[in-house]
Amino acid sequence: MNRLAHLVLPLTIALAACQVGSDPDLDQTGDQPELPEQNDALVPAMEIPTPEGWGDELPIVPEGYTVSAIAQDLKIPRQTLVLPNGDILVAEGSGGKAPKLRPKDVIAGWIKKRGKSPVEGGDRLTLLRDEDGDGQTDLQTTFIEGLDAPYGLALVDGTLYVANQGNLVSFEYTEGATRIAGSGTEVTKLPAKINHHWTKAMTASPDGSKLYVGIGSNSNVGERGMDVEEDRAVIWEIDRETGASRIFASGIRNPTALAFDPWNEQLWAVVNERDELGPQLVPDYLTSVRDGAFYGWPYSYYGQNVDPRIKPARPDLVNKAVVPDYALGSHVAALGVDFTTDGGLGGRFAEGAFVGMHGSWNRADPSGYKVVFVPFRGGRPSGEPIDLLTGFLKDGHARGRPVGVTYDEARGVLYVADDVSNTVWRIAPRGAARRNSSGDTTQLPGDPRPPSTAPTTRKLRLVAPPETGMALACIGCAPLVQISNRTLNSLFGIE
Amino acid sequence: MDRTVTNSRSFANPLHAILLAFPVALYPAALLTDITYLNTAEIQWTNFSSWLIAGADLFAGLVLASALLAIFFGRARHAKGRGTLYLIVIAAMFGLGVLNAFQHARDGWHSVGTLGLMLSILCSILALIAAFIAYGTQTVEKRA
Repeated sequence: MNRLAHLVLPLTIALAACQVGSDPDLDQTGDQPELPEQNDALVPAMEIPTPEGWGDELPIVPEGYTVSAIAQDLKIPRQTLVLPNGDILVAEGSGGKAPKLRPKDVIAGWIKKRGKSPVEGGDRLTLLRDEDGDGQTDLQTTFIEGLDAPYGLALVDGTLYVANQGNLVSFEYTEGATRIAGSGTEVTKLPAKINHHWTKAMTASPDGSKLYVGIGSNSNVGERGMDVEEDRAVIWEIDRETGASRIFASGIRNPTALAFDPWNEQLWAVVNERDELGPQLVPDYLTSVRDGAFYGWPYSYYGQNVDPRIKPARPDLVNKAVVPDYALGSHVAALGVDFTTDGGLGGRFAEGAFVGMHGSWNRADPSGYKVVFVPFRGGRPSGEPIDLLTGFLKDGHARGRPVGVTYDEARGVLYVADDVSNTVWRIAPRGAARRNSSGDTTQLPGDPRPPSTAPTTRKLRLVAPPETGMALACIGCAPLVQISNRTLNSLFGIE
Repeated sequence: MDRTVTNSRSFANPLHAILLAFPVALYPAALLTDITYLNTAEIQWTNFSSWLIAGADLFAGLVLASALLAIFFGRARHAKGRGTLYLIVIAAMFGLGVLNAFQHARDGWHSVGTLGLMLSILCSILALIAAFIAYGTQTVEKRA
């Protein structure tokens, strides 16, 4: 038995070996993020904060702002859209039907599921109406039913566009409507095979002629084969009238939210980058999207940083990979973006972009789980991101996870969809003279009702063992790994 | 004149032999799919390896458990030297196999790599050694 222990112990240590921790001094935001060495550990660093209720607490906003829940008991709210009369539409649902190809998919699926709400996706739009302009919802009703994991929303000239996970449908909208029956008109199919990354983010061009839809990759880094990546990791430009589409940008791993900035009327996207290269690779980013640009996935990241996990390599594509504009931090999982107009939320939040961060799984020190504000000047990001909405994590549990963010120009407030507490949050400047739909110049914060309690589950923790074990195992693995991949490649002729 | 009756039985009981047959078949199969992946970069081959290794690991674990019981209570106690060697071989095979399962859980080209190939080779060799010990050893009981 003793001998057996001697065999097994080093193995268990080796399993979590060579996993590096995060370096808190690394600056991974802004236009020049610091990128550490790749660390494709045998067991990736993981920390899944499991859901827990808010109790009678609320997320945290900076001094001078208020936050309240304006919709609860939703069924996985993702993105929101403000209609001209001030009504808010909430897209609810959960998509993706990726088959499990490896034992890993089964296990990883089980682990990640623990960080999500157990509620089943609504596959619907919910309408929220504030009739008296007091910042509280007076009517919460199902607006459209029978959708298929709706995510992107846009309203152009009285037509509502909904991006399901597999197609783009339109509905005629009349102002003031509280319900639309029927299944709408299909504008075009959207790439839906596998749908590893299923969300179809959408925005309309400022002139309303085009719709832009973000289509995420079908894998982390091509591990389902490149055949299934046809028309994936791209942003489509769709002609609103004809439904004709073309690839506007490519190699853009998972563009989860799109928006046009009000200053230069340029298309921007928040993009989720790849996992399993270490806790601080690769930073997710916010970038203006150039027509025809290639952003590197899966062959490289942040410009020409080659990812060795994808073969055959494509140095021709790596050479033309564009560096994104602004890093948001590694594994933050940015899922929402919207711009301020006309003074924004005031103060430090007057001019820039709001970014909703769903939060990480692939690092022992969770990142994201908040809404940040990226200040802009002259239509370009300028300065460090500023925390706007925090407090989602407490004692290792996630009380909520931010998704879509929508700035309400008429009221000067921000809405944040939260798909763990199934809430829509409203952030407003406190007491400041702000516009609102009923023409009042002041608004009271009201008495925000805390959201209902989500089931509490145990915290799951999978972290690196102490350094001693790592050192031992690294020494153990070293001779094996030293036989370089190049030798292997030349042996087998794959470049 | 002494009359000695010897009663010869195989080292592994039939159930144990069946369990061991899986690692013996699956680890070398995974080695072949690994080599094919390295030659083609066709992702399905490494997916095959992942499942083959997972299956081999499952049965290697059962073999190990069964061997631990056997060495203390079963037939193998009559062949202590071989029994210990056998135990070491299958424990190493199982350990390296689990390590290889994690290795193959990496994405894309990193799912095999030098480490994965080495582990597949080692597991295959250990499985074959285990088979030689288990299937090639007789325990002999003497009766006066």
